[in-house]
Amino acid sequence: MTTVTLFGLCAAALVGLGLYGALTHPQPLRKLIAFNLLGSGVFLLFGVFARRGAWQAVGGDPVPQALVITGIVVAFAATALAVALLLRLHKESGEATLDPPAPAVGCAGRRDP
Amino acid sequence: MMLDTGAVAVAATTPGGAWLVAAVMWPLVAVLLAIVAGGRHAARIMLAAMPVGLAVAWVIATRVWTEGQSLTYVVGGWAPPLGIALRADGLSVVMMLTTAIVITGAGLFAHADFAAKPGEPETRGSLVFWTLLIAVWGAMNLVVMSRDLFNLYVALELLTFAAVPLVSLDGRAATLAAALRYLMFALLGSVLYLLGAVLLYGAYGTLDISLLAARVQPEPVAWVAAALMTAGLLAKTALFPLHLWLPPAHAGAPPAASAVLSALVVKGSFVLLVRLWFEVMPSLWSVSATQLIAALGAAAILYGSVLALRQERLKLLIAYSTVAQIGYLFLMFPLAWDPASAQLQGGVALTGGVLQTVSHAFAKAGMFMAAGLIAKSLGHDRIADLAGVGRALPMSLIAFGLAGVSLVGLPPSGGFAAKWLLLSAAVASGQWWWATVLVLGGLLTGGYVMLVLVRAMGSIAEQAEPMMPVARSREAVALAMSLCAVLLGLVALGPVELPALGSAGVTVAAETTQ
Repeated sequence: MTTVTLFGLCAAALVGLGLYGALTHPQPLRKLIAFNLLGSGVFLLFGVFARRGAWQAVGGDPVPQALVITGIVVAFAATALAVALLLRLHKESGEATLDPPAPAVGCAGRRDP
Repeated sequence: MMLDTGAVAVAATTPGGAWLVAAVMWPLVAVLLAIVAGGRHAARIMLAAMPVGLAVAWVIATRVWTEGQSLTYVVGGWAPPLGIALRADGLSVVMMLTTAIVITGAGLFAHADFAAKPGEPETRGSLVFWTLLIAVWGAMNLVVMSRDLFNLYVALELLTFAAVPLVSLDGRAATLAAALRYLMFALLGSVLYLLGAVLLYGAYGTLDISLLAARVQPEPVAWVAAALMTAGLLAKTALFPLHLWLPPAHAGAPPAASAVLSALVVKGSFVLLVRLWFEVMPSLWSVSATQLIAALGAAAILYGSVLALRQERLKLLIAYSTVAQIGYLFLMFPLAWDPASAQLQGGVALTGGVLQTVSHAFAKAGMFMAAGLIAKSLGHDRIADLAGVGRALPMSLIAFGLAGVSLVGLPPSGGFAAKWLLLSAAVASGQWWWATVLVLGGLLTGGYVMLVLVRAMGSIAEQAEPMMPVARSREAVALAMSLCAVLLGLVALGPVELPALGSAGVTVAAETTQ
C-alpha cells in the first residue's frame, strides 16, 4: 500500500465519520465538531491529490497546497462564527440546543400550540 | 442561450475586463471604510457607495449588451488552470443588475431603522447591518462572475457569513437559533460542494469552469463529484427537503434583511448550480436525474404553498412562499433536456428559469418590505387581525398585491412571463405533468395571496389599538420593488431581449472554437 492510498483511505474515513456525526447529532456543538472532522478529511484529500500530481513532472502539485491554506482559513472563520452564535444563544436562552425549534418564530410543518 | 458555453480557448482579459475587478473591490473598500469610521458613519458611507455599485453594474451590463460578448478578466495575468478568471456573461449581468437594484432598495428602506440617530450613542446593530448588506452585494457579484470552482467556494462562504448574522440582528434567542440552524445547513452544504470540487481537481487537474467543461467525461468520479456538489448547493438554495432552515431564518430577520435573504442570497448558490449543470457537465446527466431534481422542485411548490396557506403569521407565510417559489426554479432542468443530443441545452426553459429567479427576487423583496411596514404599523403580523390595513396603508397593501400578482403568474408580470415560458417548454416537450404542477402551484399561490388581501381589506368596527404611522418613502420603496417585478414582464415578453443577448454570446463562443 502506497502512502497516497493510505492517506486517501484516511481522508475517506474522516469524511465518512464527519458526515455521520453532522447528520445524526442534534446538538449544534457536536455538529460543529463533526463539520470540522469532515473538513479535515476534505483537506487531507487536497494533500493526497497534491502528492499524486500524476499529470505533472514535479514531485508534488503546489496548487492544492495553496487551496488548502485558504480552505483552512475559511473553515476556521466558519467555526468561529458558529461558536460565537452558540455562545450568544446560550447567554440568551440558557440552552445550547436547537431542539425543540424556536417557538417564537414558529417551526416547520407544525402550528404553534 | 444565457450561458457562455464552449469557449475552450485560453481565457484572456478582454477590453473593459477591469470593471469586473471594480465590481468585487468596491464593496470591500466600502466595508473597510465603514469598520474604520464606526457605526455612526456606516449608513452614510454605504448609501454613498450604493450609486457606485449601481454604476459599475450598469457599465458592465451595457458593455456586455452592446458588444454582444462576455467580459473576461484574468486575475494577476495568470491564465487558468493556474490562475483565476472572472467573466460576466448574460446570466451574470442579469443577476448583477438584480442584486444592485434590490440591495439599493433594501438600503433605502432600512435607513429609518438602522441609521444612527443624531445625539444617540452609536449602536453595533447599525454597523453590522450596513457592512453585511454591502458584503452580500460584493459576494453576490463574485459568485455570479467567478470561473474557478474553489474561488466560487470562497465566494459562497463569503455570502453565507454575510447572510447568517443578518438573521439574528435583534439578538433574541429565537432568531439566534434560526441563524445557527441556517449556518449548520450552509456549512454542511459548502463542505460537500468543496469535496466535489476537490474530486474534480484530482481527476481532471483543473478547477476552471471552461477547462473542466472540455475535460469532464461521463465516469464514476465525475458522477460522485456532481452529486456531492449538487447536494451541497441544494442545501444552500433550500430546495425541499433541505428547506427546514429557511422559514424561521427568513421570517425572523428584520424586514430589509429578509428581503435581501429571500430575494438574493438563496439565488447565489442556485446560479452556481445552473452553471454546474448547464456549463460544466451538460451531458453528464440523464433523463432520470433531471426528472428527480424537478420532482423535488414540484414537491417544494406543493408543500411550500400548502404550508403558506396554513400559516398564522404574515412573515412566515411569505417565507413558506419562498420555499415554494424556489421549487419553480428546478422545473427548468427536465424541460431544458434535449433528448436528441442527450444533454442539457439552454433555450426557452433556461430563459424561463432565469426570469423566474429575477422576478421572484423583486416580488419577494417588495412583499417582505410591505409585510415589514404592516407589522410595524400594527405591532404584530397575525394574518387573522389584519383588518383595517387596506385603509391605513393602501400603498403597502398595493405593493403586497402587485408582488402577489407576479408570484401567482398573472400577466403582465415577470412571474407570468417566466411561468409562461416554462409552461410552453413543458407542452412543447410533451412533459404535461410539469405543466400540471405549474398550474396547481399558481392556484395555491393565488390562494394565500388572496387570503392576506381579503383579510387586510376587511373593515373593523372599532380599532383596538391605534396604528403607528409609517413613512411614505418606505412604502414607496416596497412599491417600487413590486413594480419592478410586474414591469419585468413587459420588458421581457416578447422574450426577444434576453435570448438575443445570450445567443450572441454563444455565437461568439462558437467562433472562437473554430
